[in-house]
Amino acid sequence: MSVLDSRIPEGPLADKWTNHKNNIRLVNPANKRLIDVIVVGTGLAGGSASATLAELGYNVKAFCYQDSPRRAHSIAAQGGINAAKNYQGDGDSVYRLFYDTVKGGDYRSREANVYRLAEVSTNIIDQCVAQGVPFARDYGGLLDNRSFGGVQVSRTFYAKGQTGQQLLLGCYSAMSRQIGKGKIQMYNRHEFMDLVIVDGKARGIIARNLVTGEVERHSAHAVVIASGGYGNVFFLSTNAMGSNASAAWKVHKRGAFFANPCFTQIHPTCIPQHGDQQSKLTLMSESLRNDGRIWVPKKKEDAEAVRAGKLKPTNIKEEDRDYYLERRYPSFGNLVPRDVASRAAKERCDAGYGVGTNETGEAVFLDFASAIERYGREEANVRGIHNASDSEIKKLGEETVEKKYGNLFQMYELITGDNPYKTPMKIYPAVHYTMGGVWVDYNLMTTIPGCYAIGEANFSDHGANRLGASALMQGLADGYFVLPYTIGDYLADDIRTGAIPTDTPEFDEAEKAVKDRINTLINNKGSKSVDHFHKRLGKVMWNKVGMARNEQGLKEAIEEIRQIREEFWKEVNVPGSADELNQELEKALRVADFLELGELFARDALERNESCGGHFREEYQTEEGEAVRDDENYTFVSAWEYKGEPSEAVMRREALNYENIELKTRSYK
Amino acid sequence: MSTAKGLDLTLKVWRQKNQNDKGRMETYQVSDISPDSSFLEMMDILNEQLIEEGKEPVAFDHDCREGICGSCSMFINGRAHGPGKRVTTCQLHMRQFEDGDTIHIEPWRATAFPVIKDLVVDRSSFDRVMAAGGFISVNTSGNTQDANAIPVEKEDADNSFAAATCIGCGACVASCKNASAMLFVSAKVSQFALLPQGQVEAQDRVLNMVHQMDLEGFGNCTNTGACEAECPKGISLENIARMNREYLSAGITSEK
Amino acid sequence: MASKSGIFNSSIGRKVAMALSALFLIIFLLQHFSINVTSTFSEELFNELSHFMGTNPLVQFALQPILIFGVVFHFIMGFVLEARNRKARAVKYVKTAGNANSTWMSRNMIWSGLVILAFLGLHFYDFWIPEMNYKYIQFNPADPNRYYEELLHKFEDPIRVFLYVISFVLLSLHLLHGFQSAFQSLGARHKKYTPVIKKLGNIYAIIIPAGFVFIALFHYINSL
Repeated sequence: MSVLDSRIPEGPLADKWTNHKNNIRLVNPANKRLIDVIVVGTGLAGGSASATLAELGYNVKAFCYQDSPRRAHSIAAQGGINAAKNYQGDGDSVYRLFYDTVKGGDYRSREANVYRLAEVSTNIIDQCVAQGVPFARDYGGLLDNRSFGGVQVSRTFYAKGQTGQQLLLGCYSAMSRQIGKGKIQMYNRHEFMDLVIVDGKARGIIARNLVTGEVERHSAHAVVIASGGYGNVFFLSTNAMGSNASAAWKVHKRGAFFANPCFTQIHPTCIPQHGDQQSKLTLMSESLRNDGRIWVPKKKEDAEAVRAGKLKPTNIKEEDRDYYLERRYPSFGNLVPRDVASRAAKERCDAGYGVGTNETGEAVFLDFASAIERYGREEANVRGIHNASDSEIKKLGEETVEKKYGNLFQMYELITGDNPYKTPMKIYPAVHYTMGGVWVDYNLMTTIPGCYAIGEANFSDHGANRLGASALMQGLADGYFVLPYTIGDYLADDIRTGAIPTDTPEFDEAEKAVKDRINTLINNKGSKSVDHFHKRLGKVMWNKVGMARNEQGLKEAIEEIRQIREEFWKEVNVPGSADELNQELEKALRVADFLELGELFARDALERNESCGGHFREEYQTEEGEAVRDDENYTFVSAWEYKGEPSEAVMRREALNYENIELKTRSYK
Repeated sequence: MSTAKGLDLTLKVWRQKNQNDKGRMETYQVSDISPDSSFLEMMDILNEQLIEEGKEPVAFDHDCREGICGSCSMFINGRAHGPGKRVTTCQLHMRQFEDGDTIHIEPWRATAFPVIKDLVVDRSSFDRVMAAGGFISVNTSGNTQDANAIPVEKEDADNSFAAATCIGCGACVASCKNASAMLFVSAKVSQFALLPQGQVEAQDRVLNMVHQMDLEGFGNCTNTGACEAECPKGISLENIARMNREYLSAGITSEK
Repeated sequence: MASKSGIFNSSIGRKVAMALSALFLIIFLLQHFSINVTSTFSEELFNELSHFMGTNPLVQFALQPILIFGVVFHFIMGFVLEARNRKARAVKYVKTAGNANSTWMSRNMIWSGLVILAFLGLHFYDFWIPEMNYKYIQFNPADPNRYYEELLHKFEDPIRVFLYVISFVLLSLHLLHGFQSAFQSLGARHKKYTPVIKKLGNIYAIIIPAGFVFIALFHYINSL
């Protein structure tokens, strides 16, 4: 156990963070000017960390592969951000947010981390409002809230369906201010290539300038990885096309442990795949489940007719519809957590009730007809129209729904060509978020001294399943309120170190390795494109390491991924040269890492002989198809140590101790 | 989701090796494109085809492919983000086109957005405008006042939000005959001008951002309204009027 | 830092200056029209007003220079802005579809403006230069009744009438965009009032040029 010291502070849960902050070492302002910090990624975590570290006085070098820090994929988060403000007076508290998050994560997260997250959640809202983030407000001018899956209070702050965008632009603004001051040096269109370790400490990175192709050396006293999750290992996911695991994977290969890679969230409400030409999947916010009802036909023949385009969903009678979430989980209904909702959709589709008109037939309905009617009646009452006709009610209801979800409905129509006001949406689960990631201690430091991981890139807070509206919370908590404190504890030793030189053998070695890898890819001149391999990897991952996994499938997957990887290095074709903007080369470098990560992912899933959260093993379920956790044997974090090949990686265990919460079977019935 | 017959299309695409290359339009054929595909998926297919033919694929910016990151930036058939209103290139779907169509695809054109390669342009001028004042100067402390201590009238909050939805794609600049960035800059100025939190620095903000905008070489606004019409987020011209007001009053009353 | 160079050296400042000069010219045009239209129903009134405008020292030595400055400023600023705007897009698009997002008028202010400039050349040649010559070079004696005759004389020529008509059509197009655009440049936009301003602008942009066309045609037809 000694290799995995989580450094959780002593003391009662509620006091741990405060005590820790009181006892942690600080760096005085004059000395902060002497210290450089590299931040890789400019999403909510990286952006907020960069801005805050720069405000504190550190010299920050921020890197992003996009053309501007404003474009990181945090921007696509729609629904909202949780915070235990209890503005609605509905019984919320820091403890309850903590409890919901641990329970939602199926008891596979660290109590102390989650409690801290809940604790600082309220600061986030204060901070963002002060920055000018335009959250939704009610008519009294105060902040509005909505409710999200897996909880029974309204604690989600939102800005229509664009919460992630508004929060990210807040970070971007804060960063812009520091960029203007010269405290952040921004490296746009730069991709992290490798971590440089000097005397056992993270001391810099090798980055590639994506415009000129130049391979550059950058040094710092600490390196923060905020590069997001690895959902694109599935090829099709709701992640951005450029979202990649390379930074996280490269630090893993340099010695950082990789935790719980198999904990992946499959989001229940995405627009179904249309065919083989599909490049990515689009999420429809979970907030839609507040008002939308999910169903499939009760009769198989109806489902077949819908698939064949012969029957319209609006023509299926109420009694012939199976609102399966409301049926199976009466107390949470359509608002069960994401993993539960996703599996239920898969179960129905596998049983032959799917309604997709695509090749797979995989889709279920998300229906707003009753919400439209309910809101329409409410609005008619408000306006004093007492004998409103059905069409009037419908119109009023549609207006209300448009106010709440207009942009989401519009997006759905753009993509599918169907009008969701008139006909139910079709949705299906898709890969969305990865709870697993680089292992970090309470200070968010990886097992490499001086190398930190924050946001989705780390593993720390969501356990086996993340609740809706908690990713934004975690990214900002890490970047604004946790890392800026904890990093000082480490950097306090570096006040006399001086600038880190880049003309050392360690930088030489790392740069050479990067250049060799690039040249190998460019000179390979194989017969197949990068996407060819990425798609094949994605298919294996989705079919055998996706929503439901079993031993045999996982073993096959491990073997198949290995084969694809070998073939990739033999057969991949990367056109163009290394010294120019070369998007195929960028993709190839990322896919090469996914091809390794995928195997570790499958191995982790194979080793975890239980079903919990997003990890569902078919061998471990009740007769009703509910997940069966094995707390006795698996209440731990699996942290993988790299040993040269994914197949040789060694699993270390960090035991999870629940001192404040009793482990229970999750029930949303 | 229909399963209609695929489209056969002629594409005229701007190819330019790098900033120093002059660049030219080149013609390509693609066939059997599903009408349910997005425009960028069609471009992916073209690129796969080019790679197979041993040619260099077309470089273009894209990332989220759900209309929010603002990366994608194609001038399609003479319009920023192509036909249709309130749509980004990535959300443009091929059902908007007919079998046999010829489609012109060009990069954004503006002196302040130099072409890097093919359809990729450098929009860092927007970042520099932001760094000149697109923020509220508040440090991260965790003890800023409680979020509900500052009530904001719902209408102001909604208008501020509407301005803040700008994705910084640059379609406004690309469609403006003068390559003016007024819609972009005014959206940010308005977002903060409409909130009490933004008042403290309002004068400096508008003066500095406009100054930087001018330095970057964007054109002048002549109120054609093309920016508003092509903006994928429907950012209103009202924001430009508001910025003009803010600028004038700041310019007249500021003592700096 | 922005104000170092002064607000009128900024893009918005220039637009404001453009808008202010435009509004001034709009007012002038209304006044010019009000006088001219009297020629269609009262020779005496027209002569009287013209004589007043031509001899009143305040009009001649204060308002006239301001007007000339306003006209010249509006044109020069228009050219400056156009040149800057062209520079802002050094490489042009191969294909554009301007009609999809904006009106022809709004995109072609420079062309309608140039036609108006050419017209002003003709107009000066027709009226202002002879007038200056008559009054300040030849020092001819004041004749309060000559204006109407001079006017009739000019509108006997069908080519000139045709050029006038064309110019006023372009003026109308210029105003259709320019009127409301001036308000927008000044930041005068309001949910309630802007629609009114736009309507008013459209009425002005059609009525005033149409009125000038009417005057020209009226005298031409009478001369036949």
